[in-house]
Amino acid sequence: MKIMSNNFVIETHNLTKAYGKFVAVDSLNLQLPEGEVFGLLGPNGAGKTTTILMLMGFSEPTSGTVAVVGYNPAREPIKVKKVVGYMPEKIGFYDDLTARENLEYTGRLNGLTGSLLSDKIDGLLEVVGLKDKANQTVGKFSHGMKQRLGIADVMIKDPKVAIFDEPTSGIDPEGTDQILNLIKDMAKRKVTVLISSHQLHQIQKVCTQVGIFSRGRMLASGPVDKLGREMLRAGQFNIIMPVAQLAENVSEEIMKIPGVISVECVGESTVVKAEDNLEKELEQVMLRCTGLKIQMKVEEFELEEVYMKYFRES
Amino acid sequence: MTGLKEILWKELSDCFNSKRFIVLFLLIYVAGIATVYIASQNIRTSVDESTKYIFLNLFTTSGSNNPFSFPLFMSIFIPIIGIALGFDAVNSERTSGNLSRLLAQPVYRDDVINGKFLAGVIMMALMIFSMVILVSGLGLRMIGVPPQAEEILRLFTFIIISILYGAFWMSLAILFSVIFKKTSTSALTSIAIWMFLFLFGSLIAALIAGAITHVDTQTASVTDIVQFDTLFRMLSRISPGTLYTESIQSILLPSMGTSSPTMMIIGIYSGLNPTPLPLTQSLLIVWPQIVALVALTAVCFAIAYIKFMREEIRAS
Repeated sequence: MKIMSNNFVIETHNLTKAYGKFVAVDSLNLQLPEGEVFGLLGPNGAGKTTTILMLMGFSEPTSGTVAVVGYNPAREPIKVKKVVGYMPEKIGFYDDLTARENLEYTGRLNGLTGSLLSDKIDGLLEVVGLKDKANQTVGKFSHGMKQRLGIADVMIKDPKVAIFDEPTSGIDPEGTDQILNLIKDMAKRKVTVLISSHQLHQIQKVCTQVGIFSRGRMLASGPVDKLGREMLRAGQFNIIMPVAQLAENVSEEIMKIPGVISVECVGESTVVKAEDNLEKELEQVMLRCTGLKIQMKVEEFELEEVYMKYFRES
Repeated sequence: MTGLKEILWKELSDCFNSKRFIVLFLLIYVAGIATVYIASQNIRTSVDESTKYIFLNLFTTSGSNNPFSFPLFMSIFIPIIGIALGFDAVNSERTSGNLSRLLAQPVYRDDVINGKFLAGVIMMALMIFSMVILVSGLGLRMIGVPPQAEEILRLFTFIIISILYGAFWMSLAILFSVIFKKTSTSALTSIAIWMFLFLFGSLIAALIAGAITHVDTQTASVTDIVQFDTLFRMLSRISPGTLYTESIQSILLPSMGTSSPTMMIIGIYSGLNPTPLPLTQSLLIVWPQIVALVALTAVCFAIAYIKFMREEIRAS
């Protein structure tokens, strides 16, 4: 039975989990549309993993509802798990089985058999770069190799949704890059991805949206730039042009555009503050006044800056 | 159903590939051969012309100067096998990080624990069945007397009761593997319970029964002894080992008209001539014991099942 009919792949409503008096997740409302790559950010113990456990039906919510692909994961686990891949924080494989055998078991549990399964495993091992290690027992694998095998393990069922809990913790930079690229590739194939992490740079590289989590509450969510503008620039857009100085009349013309708040010269460039993204209008004004097509860009934010700001405020 | 089937296959293939089970198999075969050898050496003294079921004596005869017999050996070995099959069923999956991954696949959570339990029962059935076949085959060569249909039926009943007994210890061990996070804790707890019941169960039962009935061995009348014996049996049935020994005694010794050896001796002294019972009658005597074993197994497994179904699956 579908409990939620709209198009959100993951949807929670006032989701709460309490362990005795300690509230791990506090009235979480999360709505994740299809194709989104969502980063769940927060310090250790913020409730990220507990949230994921409830999404997977591994933990019973104290109150509130949770729906994954429209179903309650605790009541209808099969329907959810057919299309949801999950990589736990400390992923483990059967150490005495080879990489291929481990994937075969997962594949068979998902109803795959025969040559279809073996072809798929070959392809996935190639993708995650473990083709030459296919027949080695996983017991001899390094942490990074296990993590990559974990991604193959998630991909074997062709998931619609993939949930990664700290996929890059404890992995060297090269390995981290490989894993992030694999996740990016999944996102390209329209897989909705949820990543929990406290490694902000990595999250910014792959996520289209982030949610900042602290002590069981979601402080803010949305695209990094939007959060940055709201938090650091009071919701204003800073449009940057590589022009050191503007003639008086040009800057007056710019001020005439509705929504422009100020025009300032900062060092080698000019910053136009606006209430909206007026890149196009600005470009036209510059073309009209100077006859030049000027490259401009909207100020971007470092996730780290945004994140720290939220934690100072809360 | 795919989930249960796949997990069952995986568990069975794990068993056949693991050294632990190869060692167990070897051990149980070696011990089986030893018992059949002892039995065949002593079978002449325990069998005479009036013995109706000679073949079963292979399984019940002990040495003249050592008490080692097949039932005793089984009552020691089966708990060990059961515990070995169950003690790390759930917690090893958890500590290795496989449980979260496994349960993220489209399988019901109970498929995991059911699959493990079923695989254990199948393994146990294989071990016990193959050993009985081995002992029978060797015994047949040594004594040259083929089994009768009644004896074959009794051996089958014996195998089934033995599997039930093993299933009890396995479900107890699985219960501990759900409760305790460490495999060493669950193994030690299961073994400690078995050791306690095995070594001290009847001792404590005898102490309590003695204290209640005040039987003085010098002056006790037959009624006193019967009273003591009834109470003692009652108390010692708390141990599943007693239930098992009582039932296989009645099944393998067709002339046991009661589950109590003491009562049997009293009966013989008071002029009773024990004749072999048909299997149905023997079954009737041990039916309560069998039901109790099944119930104990069911209770342990049910607790493990409920606990496992409700618990939070956190990758630790």
